[in-house]
Amino acid sequence: MENAISVSGLTKRFGQTKALDGLDLAVAQGEVHGFLGPNGSGKTTTIRILLGLLRADGGTATLLGGDPWRDAVALHRRLAYVPGDVTLWPNLSGGEVIDLLGRLRGGLNPKRRKELLERFDLDPKKKGRAYSKGNRQKVGLIAALASDVELLLLDEPTSGLDPLMEEVFRQVIAEETKNNGRTVLLSSHILAEVEALCDRVSIIRLGKTVETGTLTQLRHLTRTFISAELATPPNGLGSMAGVHDLHVSDNHVKLQVDSAQLDPVLRQLTSHGVRSLVSQPPTLEELFLRHYETEPVK
Amino acid sequence: MTAFTGTGSLVRLILRRDRVLMPIWMLFMAVLPLSLASGTAAIYKTDAERQGYIDDLGSSPMLILFYGQKPSDPNLGALIFWRSATGIVIMALIAVLFVIRHTRLEEEAGRRELLGSAVVGRHAGLTAALVAISGASLGVGVLVALGMMSQQTPASGAFAMGMAWAFAGIMFGAIAAVTAQLTEGAGAARGIGIGLLGLAFAVRGVGDVVAGGWAWLSWISPLGWVNQVHAFTDNRWWVFALAIVATVALAALALRLSARRDVGAGLLPPRLGPATAAPSLSSPLALAWRLHKGSLYGWLVGLGVVGGVLFGGVAETSTKLLEDNEQLTEILARIGGKSGAADIFLAGTLGMGATAIAAYGIAAALRMRTEEASLRSEPLLAASVSRMRWAASHLVFAFLGPTVVMAVTGLFAGLVYGASVDNIGREVPRVVGGALVQLPAIWVLGALAVAMFGLRPRLAPAIGWGALSLCIVLGQIGAALQLSQSLLDVSPFTHIPRVPGGSVAFTPLLILTALAVALAAVGLATFRRRDIPVT
Ligand SMILES: Nc1ncnc2c1ncn2[C@@H]1O[C@H](COP(=O)(O)OP(=O)(O)O)[C@@H](O)[C@H]1O
Ligand SMILES: [Mg+2]
Repeated sequence: MENAISVSGLTKRFGQTKALDGLDLAVAQGEVHGFLGPNGSGKTTTIRILLGLLRADGGTATLLGGDPWRDAVALHRRLAYVPGDVTLWPNLSGGEVIDLLGRLRGGLNPKRRKELLERFDLDPKKKGRAYSKGNRQKVGLIAALASDVELLLLDEPTSGLDPLMEEVFRQVIAEETKNNGRTVLLSSHILAEVEALCDRVSIIRLGKTVETGTLTQLRHLTRTFISAELATPPNGLGSMAGVHDLHVSDNHVKLQVDSAQLDPVLRQLTSHGVRSLVSQPPTLEELFLRHYETEPVK
Repeated sequence: MTAFTGTGSLVRLILRRDRVLMPIWMLFMAVLPLSLASGTAAIYKTDAERQGYIDDLGSSPMLILFYGQKPSDPNLGALIFWRSATGIVIMALIAVLFVIRHTRLEEEAGRRELLGSAVVGRHAGLTAALVAISGASLGVGVLVALGMMSQQTPASGAFAMGMAWAFAGIMFGAIAAVTAQLTEGAGAARGIGIGLLGLAFAVRGVGDVVAGGWAWLSWISPLGWVNQVHAFTDNRWWVFALAIVATVALAALALRLSARRDVGAGLLPPRLGPATAAPSLSSPLALAWRLHKGSLYGWLVGLGVVGGVLFGGVAETSTKLLEDNEQLTEILARIGGKSGAADIFLAGTLGMGATAIAAYGIAAALRMRTEEASLRSEPLLAASVSRMRWAASHLVFAFLGPTVVMAVTGLFAGLVYGASVDNIGREVPRVVGGALVQLPAIWVLGALAVAMFGLRPRLAPAIGWGALSLCIVLGQIGAALQLSQSLLDVSPFTHIPRVPGGSVAFTPLLILTALAVALAAVGLATFRRRDIPVT
């Protein structure tokens, strides 16, 4: 099946800043794709290029089989976008904005609109200026989710939502893909959200894709933390593949090891006689944090 | 920490944010009576001449409505204090806009909350705005007083006049401080403030025009008190006691109201909107109509109807003023007699109205920039709306808006003037024509803002407003400063024929229109290709 989004080697500069530096992204039809990366890594820039708002300096991008820049108006009938910071017109009510945006896309499903208003507990009569951050976000989400579109581009859409609403959001997105077969690109900072929703994930950093794959594949990239007391001081650990953050003091060893290299490293440890051993299982969080660290990727 | 902690640093913040705007309007206000005084002193040299002038002007109820009761003494200072009474209204208007801008607008934008969490007291924001406007008003007052003294008027009168002007700003600043507490939206708070100013003006005006048993009306309006200072005649200092008491009471009320409500909330319940959009709200144009209609209506009523009626009404009296001036009458006889005087007056006022309307055109064009910078254009352009369609929805208002307002201004001026000379059939088309010839110059300024919006969006507001200011300066004082014609030619308004009265040269009108089209086309072509949003 053709990809809903395929991007390769995308570059974009803003003056001196290199916002995108050869970014790759492939989102299959019908999947929820997590788009992760630290602040300023280029998520919003990528989404704006996909929306034909920014023009890429280099690379290629295809969206729903079309060119995001050239075919913008036609493509936008088939997608809905929610920015990370929804701003509203002060004198339009939330309900008016939902209807207007829906009509300017491919149309709105009134039944779905009503249902979403109830589930997100939003008063559509308030004027734009009267909504809190979270409620503005809900207006954007309802407008997008109630629209008859095949692709949702969500840029950190849950910022400002309380945990209860965050849960509603997860349920709704899960239903979207199961019942309606919609494709979702979800840029997010919230790991639990990504773990709960996403089929596949791309992690970007400094405008480049650093990891991409299913959550299971990514778990293989995680590391196990080991702290051990040995009978004799160890040697040769530092030169072993897959060993990171090694600290040795006398007979005490602390290290992190890639899941794939667990076996040879444990053998090496036992050859020195293990007296005690503590290990912490791999977490995705640790993987993400590793990519969020500021020093450049090696 | 007291409720006022941090007021000083907030005052500095206001001064910093307004470091360009504030000196400009202060200077503008100070120059207004000064230039009027030096001009009048040159023409009307003796008390007798000035008394004649005062009686001429004072015979028109329209002018009494504007200026208040005639002064009891024809000295130069008294004449200027009376003649420049519109300046008092401008002071009050600026004060309202200033205070709303630094209180309710801040709150609406969420910046007040940010400051509120820092070490500032509950009353600091409001107090800082009041301190700043009072300081600026007193500054204007001192400049006005010095300006009047430079025209050889007595110091006591000059000082009374300066303080009268200052208190117009201070009192209406305090009134705006109260209205800023009422509503959640800055627009509504501003509207109520300006509405109260209009009411104060109307009450004062009716009291002065009807006088007799209704003269007390002038005393219930703060604007009336300012006139009642009678600078250069009685110098009634005690009137300032009223102004001070009112200011303190209003400020105290504003602080009490502000203390009783939450940040961001208003005392009046916010109005709710419809839960679903009307079927018509389904295009960028329908949205643009919602965003622009308020200011369009404002200009239509303010300039179109009220301005038109005033221009038309005063045009006829302007002929009366000239009857006694032989020299002028002679000149005018050559260019068409008495109706020639009215024509000159109408062409001049329509030209001034046109510069005001250009401000509306520029503001409507720059609305695109506001929408972009606030990220509100993004969801629309991310929906199935082309950039051109979105831009066009705003440009309709930037170009057709001024057209409609100018036409209405001309229509009302023509009707009222035509009625006063009993020849509506002849005057309406002539005056409407005089209004419409201004349009190409108005369009050029709007189109310049569009061009900059495409080419250099961040600079667009500065260049748009800068160009208008330049045109105003060249038009108002360019000739007086004896600037060279090539410099005056920079302003598109220089090329507009003087109509009614003069002959219509079509070439400059066509060239200006073509220039406007070209500028708008450049703006749209570049906007189509550039990144959005540029923030
Ligand atoms: N309009 C712009 N002008 C200049 N720099 C920008 C602009 N938009 C984004 N950037 C820069 O590009 C980089 C990527 O930003 P962005 O795509 O917003 O990241 P993210 O959404 O992942 O936080 C950042 O360094 C940001 O400062
Ligand atoms: Mg972002």
